[in-house]
Amino acid sequence: MSLSIALNVNGVPRQVELDDPRVTLLDLLRERLHLTGTKKGCDRGQCGACTVLLDGRRINACLALAASCDGAAVQTIESLADGPALHPVQAAFIAHDAFQCGYCTPGQIMSAIGLIQEAQAGDDPERVREAMSGNICRCGAYAGITAAVLEAQARLENAQREEAA
Amino acid sequence: MKPFEYLRPGSIAEALAAGAAPGAAYLAGGTNLLDLMKGGASLPDRLVDITRLPGLDRVEPAADGGLRIGALVRNATLAHDPGFARAYPAVAEALLSGASAQLRNAATVGGNLVQRTRCAYFYDPTSACNKRRPGSGCDARGGENRLHAVLGWSEHCIATHPSDFCVALAALGAVVEIAGPAGPREVLLEDFHRLPGDAPERETVLEPGELVTALRLPPDAAGFAAHARYIKLRERTSYAFAVVSAAAALRLEGGVIAEARLALGAVALKPWRAHGAERLLVGRTPGPEAFRQAAELALEGATPSGDNGFKIELARRIATRALLLAAAGTPERVPALPASPFSHPVGVPLHA
Amino acid sequence: MPDSANMAPMQRRHGSSIGQPLTRQDGFLKVTGTARYAADNNPPGLLHAVLATSRVARGRVAALDVAAALAHPGVVEVMTPANRPPLAIDPDERTSPFAFKLDVLQNDRIRYAGQPIAVVIAETLEAATDGTRLLAPRYETEAPQVSLEDGEPFTPPVVGPGYPAEEQKGDAEAALAAAARHVEARYETPSQYHNAMEPHGIVASWDGDRLTLDTPTQGLAIAQMRAAELLGIPAEHIHIRSPFLGGGFGSKGLLAGPQMLGILAARLVGRPVKLVLQRPQMYGPVGHRAATRQTLRLGVDENGALQAIDHHVLTHSSRFDDFFEPAAGVSHTLYASPAIRTRHEAVRLDVGTPMFMRAPGEASGSIALESAIDEMAWACGMDPLAFRLKNYAEVEPISGKPFSSKALRDCYAQGAERFGWATRPLAPRQMRDEAGFLVGWGVGTATFPALMFQAQARAVLRQDGSGVVETGAHDMGQGAWTALAQIAADGLALPLERVEFHAGDSRLPDAGIAGGSGHTATAGMAIHGAGADVVAKLAALAMDDERSPLFGAHNAGVVARGGRLHRRDDESRSDSYEDILQRAGLAEIEGRGSSASDPAAQAAYAMHAHGAVFAEVKVDPELGQVRVTRMVGAFAAGTIINPRMVQSQYYGGMIWGLSFALLEGAAMDHRSGRVMNGDLAEYHVPVNADVPSVEAILVEERDPHVNALGIKGVGEIGITGSAGAIANAVWHATGRRVRRFPVSLDQLL
Repeated sequence: MSLSIALNVNGVPRQVELDDPRVTLLDLLRERLHLTGTKKGCDRGQCGACTVLLDGRRINACLALAASCDGAAVQTIESLADGPALHPVQAAFIAHDAFQCGYCTPGQIMSAIGLIQEAQAGDDPERVREAMSGNICRCGAYAGITAAVLEAQARLENAQREEAA
Repeated sequence: MKPFEYLRPGSIAEALAAGAAPGAAYLAGGTNLLDLMKGGASLPDRLVDITRLPGLDRVEPAADGGLRIGALVRNATLAHDPGFARAYPAVAEALLSGASAQLRNAATVGGNLVQRTRCAYFYDPTSACNKRRPGSGCDARGGENRLHAVLGWSEHCIATHPSDFCVALAALGAVVEIAGPAGPREVLLEDFHRLPGDAPERETVLEPGELVTALRLPPDAAGFAAHARYIKLRERTSYAFAVVSAAAALRLEGGVIAEARLALGAVALKPWRAHGAERLLVGRTPGPEAFRQAAELALEGATPSGDNGFKIELARRIATRALLLAAAGTPERVPALPASPFSHPVGVPLHA
Repeated sequence: MPDSANMAPMQRRHGSSIGQPLTRQDGFLKVTGTARYAADNNPPGLLHAVLATSRVARGRVAALDVAAALAHPGVVEVMTPANRPPLAIDPDERTSPFAFKLDVLQNDRIRYAGQPIAVVIAETLEAATDGTRLLAPRYETEAPQVSLEDGEPFTPPVVGPGYPAEEQKGDAEAALAAAARHVEARYETPSQYHNAMEPHGIVASWDGDRLTLDTPTQGLAIAQMRAAELLGIPAEHIHIRSPFLGGGFGSKGLLAGPQMLGILAARLVGRPVKLVLQRPQMYGPVGHRAATRQTLRLGVDENGALQAIDHHVLTHSSRFDDFFEPAAGVSHTLYASPAIRTRHEAVRLDVGTPMFMRAPGEASGSIALESAIDEMAWACGMDPLAFRLKNYAEVEPISGKPFSSKALRDCYAQGAERFGWATRPLAPRQMRDEAGFLVGWGVGTATFPALMFQAQARAVLRQDGSGVVETGAHDMGQGAWTALAQIAADGLALPLERVEFHAGDSRLPDAGIAGGSGHTATAGMAIHGAGADVVAKLAALAMDDERSPLFGAHNAGVVARGGRLHRRDDESRSDSYEDILQRAGLAEIEGRGSSASDPAAQAAYAMHAHGAVFAEVKVDPELGQVRVTRMVGAFAAGTIINPRMVQSQYYGGMIWGLSFALLEGAAMDHRSGRVMNGDLAEYHVPVNADVPSVEAILVEERDPHVNALGIKGVGEIGITGSAGAIANAVWHATGRRVRRFPVSLDQLL
């Protein structure tokens, strides 16, 4: 059985032929579209390494069936930087040494962007920590992650204010 | 995953027709079903993707004055709906204490109800499990069962239901709307999940092919908004299933409890509504003594199903705690660490 | 978070990269998703391989339904013992102390749950994955033994990487008998699993008898040699690329069975194959930290001075191979005592072979020793920090050797000051926060040996005055791409941006293993030596060249800085690297460096990094839930190459300590031998919300003996001390001494 799905991947509309309905969004990205920035850590929704934005909301790509994402917009880590210019969250992760091995990092960053868009945490570090708890970092870079999210969020808010002014 | 047929019906009628086939399963958020399929605990032949069904993603006033929540509303959407969180704060807190932000963005309200137990023996296809393979036995008995049931279990199954959301819903008397081949019907959420008895493979009252279409909170449920909490004990600060949990809601009149609601989580194969305890509290002055008595009553009949005797006293204590916190008043906003004991306001006693 | 730029001031010198808190050189790649980990490779013609693993712990595979798997559309081949390509040597042969036995389908025997029993190879990952289900293995099962209570304890020949199983100084029994006070306690630690975020994966491509591998390894050369001897091909025919490891923690130190199976699968089908472990498959064939049961007996005189330490360890190895957790080693080095005895015993269990896991020995031993020390301090009525200072080891207790350096007093002092330790009440259960939660403070001493292995490096100075430095070093997150580049720049006396640093490839000089916290010192010394070799050659050219301002400077000597050589006695006379090369008509100059530990220094000195960790916990007095609200660590580890990265290493270690004390542990079904929480949902490691506050102070320390750069190591020490500090803080909060780790809430009710 073959089915064709429409996906907007990082701003580019794509028609994807699926020869197998079992393909998850994560495996579609990594193994078929070769967008390998999104990582597989557990494949069971237990670590957050595969976090992407689906229609603007952060989800675990490992637990989404690609077929069910038909018509959706997917945003991955590959979409953030504009050439050498990093997204504020990416820059803040480097500045705060918010990673070590880097394997959970794309998921952390996508999760942070989702968190900032949700606008639930404010500038409360405790709310940020809680909201980032779906992304496990075995290296233990949590202090840097929390600091990076707070800083990037403030920077984005400032930029928005300036734009509005 | 085993190969399956993937169908995406456009209407409830089509969905029911597709879902009636043996081996069919409904797919919504997929956060539990895909996990089970990857582990081999669930092997559907057909997935009926209901995510495109119209009209099931709305939160709207119900005809009876309560609130109707479509089965496809995502957990995070519901929890972050300001009106919802104001009217049903314990439900919002329960939702936000479950899983992770990513999972809550995908998981649906209907899916939460039909999620399966986290019992490791259920998840492991090579273990004996009466729920997964009727008659095969229960390897959880005599196995790793620290976190298994202390209420309502049977020799055939000692698993627990993992939902946080359902505990708060049970306390508030939520109703489940069901569509099926034989037409629509509804049941109380607290009657929706079945205790294991001698047929643990039958987890809910859903008949084959039936589909949860909505949840309803009755008109009186919002009456507890000023005094409602969900408290959950975990083995790490976040992103963990409950060791035990409790939803407590009180309606106070003139300093006296006019009406009380109490339900426990992670103690049984269903959210455990404690009607006796609720009745005991009516007319009482809120306080440690009454709450401890209520908690004792809530755990009446509890027995260990393995190395989990500690959960009985722990459940009493968490019930007491939830009641104490409910009596102290619902916080302005869901705490930074939802449902965590560490989100404790100053001035509220920690124990009875 | 403290600003790392304000730390480690002493290593800063003008023009030096060493000591600078630079951000990660690989940061851009990692935050953009372009850092390529092994499983990110998708060469043309790639097939996917998935392991089928045993669900029983002991017995044999009676049947596999290979036909059913092959019938699945897309499945290309099923590799079983019947068709697995031959190996040149027996994978059960221990060809060297670091060549552990591998399960690579050599027969139908099952020796632990999770052992590979077949590999399904398919056109798609989905087909390969379901193929493993269709194999529907049938087993002949024997009852396994999986707990320390099972089996007959014996004394292993050696523990850890080759330490004696028993050591003693003085007469511990007699000293205990004569002691004014003694404490005896038994501590238990569970089996733990590394759980690097990146599952072990491999992409293997054969071209004739040449093999290209993308796979994470902490030891390129060792992995290359091991694969070569197993395959019977020359090592240089195997090219391994491992530019980034998504964490290792010891589990990627040596080539593991599943990686060999990926290679063999590619051999079998004649196409490139990608094999990646599923998370539950990381609970078996890729090592773990073995469980321990440790009995500590301490004796003190009437003044609280330790007179005896007796540390007995019961641990396990697998039934078929030897790795014994050297948990008692910490008692050799931490506290002064005239009598010390350490003993290790072990049982054989039907589990995968245990392996090095971050701070092997020290982590498990430290939580027990630090708990026992705390128990003794309380028994003596002494503040636990005062007790530790009272028993401060001025020389290494077991050997009597002086320490090459030891700034532990500074660590205690700076950590205590920052934490506010002075106001700690002596008795437990005295502190509450405003909401009524029990608050406790605990301390632990951190220690880890300063190890050096062997490495080589190559440095090249190019005509344009830029440098290339190469060594097959490994970055598993510790920051090798950055810290080693800093050393490389200083070795060549060039600004960092003028040096290309190459690592993570088996074609480069052997950088030794990234383990034992010795990689920066080992690879760094080789790199520095290679740069120095280049500089020496340049200097010789210049001083012999009449046209150079440095001509004839021989006795005065020259000094290299910023891409120029200067006369030491007249720095205004200098010559640029470019000019020296140009005049000599050379396109480039190559230098070589190597490093190894210095046996004379080893014989003369005890070499360890040290630290002190202070922890605050809050405990719900009714519900027993624990949260670590504050951790302050102060560590002294010699020269700090990059304080930003070192701070992150300490944080990581401290969080591992938190995890050890409160969270981690395999839940083993004793009937089946299966790990029942073999995933990341139920095997708990810390999440962000578990770590509200962590601080690490980099305490100044100069060590003239460990190596010329004075580098110790920072990767593992953070766990030690931290786990014990938290356990002690839990006691201080609750009055309850939990001796079975992790501390679980049911033990606090």
